[in-house]
Amino acid sequence: MSRVYSWIGQVVLYAAFAAVIGVFTRWPAYQHLPPDHALVKLSFIHHGQRLQECRQLSPDELAKLPPNMRAPMSCPRERSPILVEVDIDGVRVLRRSAQPAGLSHDGAASVYQRIEVPAGTHRFDVRLRDSARTGGFDFERSEVLELKPAQILVIDFNAEKGGITLQ
Amino acid sequence: MMRDARGAWTGCERVMDTLFGAVLNPLRHLGALAFLFFWLIALSGVYLYAVLDTSVEGAWRSVDDLSRNQWWFGGLLRSLHRYAADAFVLVAGLHLLREWLFGHYRGFRRYSWLTGVPLLLFALICGIGGFWLKWDQLGQFSATATAELLDWLPIFGSPFTRNFLVAEAVSDRLFSLFVFVHIGASLLLLFLAWFHVQRISHAQMLPPKRLAAGSTATLLALALLVPVMSQAPADLSVVQSAIAIDWLLLAVHPLMYATSPGWVWALSTGALLLLFSLPFTTRAARPAVARVDAAHCNGCRQCFDDCPYAAITMQPHPDGRPGKEIALVHADLCAGCGICTGACPPSTPFRSVEPLTTGIDMPQAPISVLRGRLETRLAALRGDRRIVVFGCDHGARVGTMESADVVAFSLLCTGMLPPSFVEYAMRCGATGVLVTGCAEGGCEFRLGNRWTGERLLGLRQPRLRARVPRERLRVVWAGRGDERSLRDALDALRDLPAPAMAGATGRPRRRVR
Repeated sequence: MSRVYSWIGQVVLYAAFAAVIGVFTRWPAYQHLPPDHALVKLSFIHHGQRLQECRQLSPDELAKLPPNMRAPMSCPRERSPILVEVDIDGVRVLRRSAQPAGLSHDGAASVYQRIEVPAGTHRFDVRLRDSARTGGFDFERSEVLELKPAQILVIDFNAEKGGITLQ
Repeated sequence: MMRDARGAWTGCERVMDTLFGAVLNPLRHLGALAFLFFWLIALSGVYLYAVLDTSVEGAWRSVDDLSRNQWWFGGLLRSLHRYAADAFVLVAGLHLLREWLFGHYRGFRRYSWLTGVPLLLFALICGIGGFWLKWDQLGQFSATATAELLDWLPIFGSPFTRNFLVAEAVSDRLFSLFVFVHIGASLLLLFLAWFHVQRISHAQMLPPKRLAAGSTATLLALALLVPVMSQAPADLSVVQSAIAIDWLLLAVHPLMYATSPGWVWALSTGALLLLFSLPFTTRAARPAVARVDAAHCNGCRQCFDDCPYAAITMQPHPDGRPGKEIALVHADLCAGCGICTGACPPSTPFRSVEPLTTGIDMPQAPISVLRGRLETRLAALRGDRRIVVFGCDHGARVGTMESADVVAFSLLCTGMLPPSFVEYAMRCGATGVLVTGCAEGGCEFRLGNRWTGERLLGLRQPRLRARVPRERLRVVWAGRGDERSLRDALDALRDLPAPAMAGATGRPRRRVR
């Protein structure tokens, strides 16, 4: 092969190398969310209520304990799982239970879920149970919101702000 | 299927050979190219780190400012930084593919394979972490997707995703974590790369100058023509519907959204386990390793210098003479290539000791057998042209060259050939000698071609003596399937005028030991 063809071939291959990098670093565009859709992010990290209340130990129970461990109150650490439900426009889109973290199940339970919804006005009903009760919920919030295309709505839990928040 | 894939790869290498020449063929320097791209990333990264404002407010502005107001330097370095990272992943992936296709993960290569596989993983971690630092919408997308991927693992007390829920959640301290991930993983990658080349000697840490210059110029040209620009600043209240992503570094994110985080973990863990287990799942017949003869090893260190896999160390000689050493072969590292035999000064067929013994030899192909066969077969040739071909088991098939005037010897590696055998063959009546091996730059045992070429040129010990007529010696590096190059070289040797001694065959007088 003549030197000229060799040089041309090299230039073509270097250009092809550059083209592969140049093209695939930006093309094709990734469709992360359908057009005219918004994204709801539900993220709870919350300590459920204790499964058992603190109670006073009886003198007999205290006597059985080593002297250095005779605390008058017994407070079991285990916490309740949390149960989350989300309805959008009356349709159930999420129902999830999350266990408390930690070997003793005394940590916070967390839930994270992405929900894609068409942009527009929607009614959101969010419910959270964080106790050992078998029916009903400890926290509820209903709100009608208008979501723009590509908007992110965050559903969170903040006890200081009264519980479930939508922002 | 593997055979077809290997054939396709070899075909690509041949095409590249014709365009670049074998020495500059990028497909034969993929590992060295990866090192080159790493250093480009590191050098450009030093400047980028110096100007990066590691705060929520300043990160996007400081990086974007480089591309807009300092495009001729900072912007250029920024683009080079990104494109070199893409190029690194590309060539490292091709390097892995090539080694896998050619079965270079077994036996003595196991260590290099096992330390090489994680490099690609670390490269991806570094690459992904780099996108977070500029904190534009692509960085936001990547950081959020990575957090969602990590949160799938039930080992974190507090979900990472909460760091990217709302703008108030992103703190300046988070950028310290980003920097730590990006630079920390890069340093780990470099550390691991150092391990990766520990068991090969004379490791090629950079490609040949012209290839390095061409590759760097290509990336610089790309950086100038298509500079990397930041997308809009991160805004956690909106999500990008369609986003231009770097598929070479961020493909894992779309994969996760198309499947699930669990699926991505299963796929990546499975792929890693599969790659790690490859050396243990296939068993190749282990070649016999080099054997040292203490009586003939004088501790000259030439085998130690020439071994491509650092399988030889030196230790005090058992004869107890002060300062004298002996070669020690580490069986688990020995490739069984015989390059050490070719390097050993006593490996000369002119020695009179019977049987011919050398300091270090291959049990499956001792040089005494080679000398005996050379004498016998050369003596059997008739006519005024008698040509000897020395080749290797991995290059062009020298056996197919045999004819009425040609005898061929296929060695474990051409590097096993002591140069004195060329002179000996001519003294035995050969009118020409053809030395061949794997295609240039593609030696199965890395350094066989290089050492042989240097020895024949008199640049490396043991040297071919000056009095050997060079016009009767041809050196042709030809890979499997390129037998035509050998035929052309043989024709050229046949066309040479017959030397005055033509017709004289027999064993030359040997030097008394």
